[in-house]
Amino acid sequence: MFENITVPSDKIHQFIKDKYEEGFNYLLDITAIDYTEYVEAQEEEFAVVYVLRHENFKQHVVIKTYLSKLIIESVSYLFKGANWLEREVYDQYGIIFKNHPNLRRILNHKEFVGHPLRKAYPITKGQLLHEVDDLIDEMNNRLLSKEVVCKLDDGHFSECNKDIMFLNLGPSHPASHGTIRTYVALDGETIECAVSEIGYLHRGFEKSCENHSYNQIVPYTDRLNYCSAISNNIAFVKTVEDMLGITLSERAQALRVMLLELSRIEDHVVCLAAVLVDMGGLTNYWYMYNPREDIYDLLSKLTGARLTNSYMRVGGMTNDLYEGFEADLKEVIKKVQYGVEQTLSLIKHNRIFHDRTQNVGVISKEDALSYAMTGPNLRATGVPFDMRKDTPYYGYEKYEFDVVVGSVGDVYDRVMVRFGEIDESIKIIEQVMQNLPEGEVSVKDASVTLPTKEAVYTTIEGAMNQFKLTFEGVKVPVGEHYGSIEATNGELGFYIVSDGSGTPYKVKVKAPSFTAMSAYPEMIEGFQLADAILTLGSLNIIAGEMDR
Amino acid sequence: MELNNPALPLETAIATKLDEAIGWARESSLWPMIFGTACCAIEFMSVAASKYDISRFGAEVVRFSPRQADLLIVAGTVTYKQGPILKQIYDQMSEPKWVVSMGACACSGGFYDNYTTMQGIDTIIPVDLYVGGCPPRPEALLDALLSLQKDLRTNKYNSERHKDFKGALDNV
Repeated sequence: MFENITVPSDKIHQFIKDKYEEGFNYLLDITAIDYTEYVEAQEEEFAVVYVLRHENFKQHVVIKTYLSKLIIESVSYLFKGANWLEREVYDQYGIIFKNHPNLRRILNHKEFVGHPLRKAYPITKGQLLHEVDDLIDEMNNRLLSKEVVCKLDDGHFSECNKDIMFLNLGPSHPASHGTIRTYVALDGETIECAVSEIGYLHRGFEKSCENHSYNQIVPYTDRLNYCSAISNNIAFVKTVEDMLGITLSERAQALRVMLLELSRIEDHVVCLAAVLVDMGGLTNYWYMYNPREDIYDLLSKLTGARLTNSYMRVGGMTNDLYEGFEADLKEVIKKVQYGVEQTLSLIKHNRIFHDRTQNVGVISKEDALSYAMTGPNLRATGVPFDMRKDTPYYGYEKYEFDVVVGSVGDVYDRVMVRFGEIDESIKIIEQVMQNLPEGEVSVKDASVTLPTKEAVYTTIEGAMNQFKLTFEGVKVPVGEHYGSIEATNGELGFYIVSDGSGTPYKVKVKAPSFTAMSAYPEMIEGFQLADAILTLGSLNIIAGEMDR
Repeated sequence: MELNNPALPLETAIATKLDEAIGWARESSLWPMIFGTACCAIEFMSVAASKYDISRFGAEVVRFSPRQADLLIVAGTVTYKQGPILKQIYDQMSEPKWVVSMGACACSGGFYDNYTTMQGIDTIIPVDLYVGGCPPRPEALLDALLSLQKDLRTNKYNSERHKDFKGALDNV
């Protein structure tokens, strides 16, 4: 259930506050839209959009406000997650958020001039960066606010009884996935203050969407969360299908559920393998990573690619299962179960594992909600939010499975929730495969899916149909829509603005890793340096979807 | 020269060129530094894991410190924001060093032809081998490694080869 509301810009702030009081206290996303080239005349050139979810997790609301002046009140004091989201809007669109604590660029580099997501900015105009941001002013503010240092009258800083050492963790660091930079102030081994910088893998997904047709965007979505490409494909095409008003056949829905769960397993095993390596348990890497290779083999047989599958299309998928898929799938599941079993036997009663993970990198339920964390990271704090249960789609309500939750919100819970979810996903896959409905995997609609090869080669209608769909793309009706699914890292949403053509006017990704990462600096403060590595690993930050 | 010929009697003196002896020694003791940023880094994980097992080719001692490595594998998209960091890492590696650009993004920007993605890492650092694919299969990277080893054995690479290289971030 959702509603779209437009509010005048002078009332927007009060309106959000009222909504907050009503229970819409989970901020999914903030974005802006540049209407300067839009097909229908709008009130103003720029609008800001807020997407809020109710605390019952069943409803969401999309609130839009048109701006006559590019300035708007910040809501970062209501939602902790708003801090980074507003920075992104500022960075990409140049909209100023009044009273924002730290309004600076987040995805683009500090020498960047202009705001790339404005329509006036040419897509290919790159700008070199010569020197990396030192983050010292941001760190100083943080140190002052945490009273680790005091400012003297002459403008210098003085350390209050502590011997502070500064250290850069990343971006080129094996545990920081090559793209996440955290600047820490250490007292001995303890992290007193931390600030993170992201955007090292900002590769312009959203701008690229604006000059590709809907089906051409599918390969781009593969590379958002590249550990589980198919789940991104599904999240994107499902949003487009909702806008088109398409209902898939039961077989297609069941196959998507099965592939979503397979992706979830694929993603969780690599996250767990990596976090255990970060802890020094290299053996686990082989146990967890080898089943992933088996999943790769299965997926290459099905889709033609190991990692970046591009299997989904608007209106269905490229092809049906091959003969013998079910037997292959069973083998793969067996290997996954073996890997999980072996790994658990190594860590379940392992004192080192428990000591390293329990009560480490803790985030409370309230903070996790305020940062709009989602997925396994949120469930580890004890919040049972799972879109598969709360707002079921593709018939998830038919399948029996449990939502795995933790209690403390530490590294241990996040790791164990993922182990639990692998089991639940296997349960779902088995139920799907037992009752797999017969039928087509794609809708038969000449304006959405390509005709058969036979029709293309033998009839003029077929040839024209193929030509029009390939060159112009699927025409999506004028409108705006927020659609999301429970992807492997949590709620993965797309906010799409269509101008009626075959190319989206604007696409915004609500990426689970982005909000999780915004909580990270606060989570590691007070813990030891080595714990920061584990915390990052257990959050499963995938830079592709975080930076886009 | 067949230095690794087991048929040679034990006490044999071999006349060879010094360069060739060094090339032979280098061939199977490459220490890669993996500059992994994106999807290709996940494929590199496969290369290192037991199925593809890069250690079969004597290049498994993956360093994350550029000062200890001689083979830089750039796996993944490099953005303008990442540029100075890649440059710094390349500069920190001591000679002799070789650079493999893994995947379409590192080679040419791939399908990210936009405002933020560097259109190929050879804009800023010299590259010895390009591996295509998005991402390349693990076999492709292994093939690149083998081809590099072959070139080392035959001394194709001389240390002067990038003398005239001038990247976008090099001081004019």
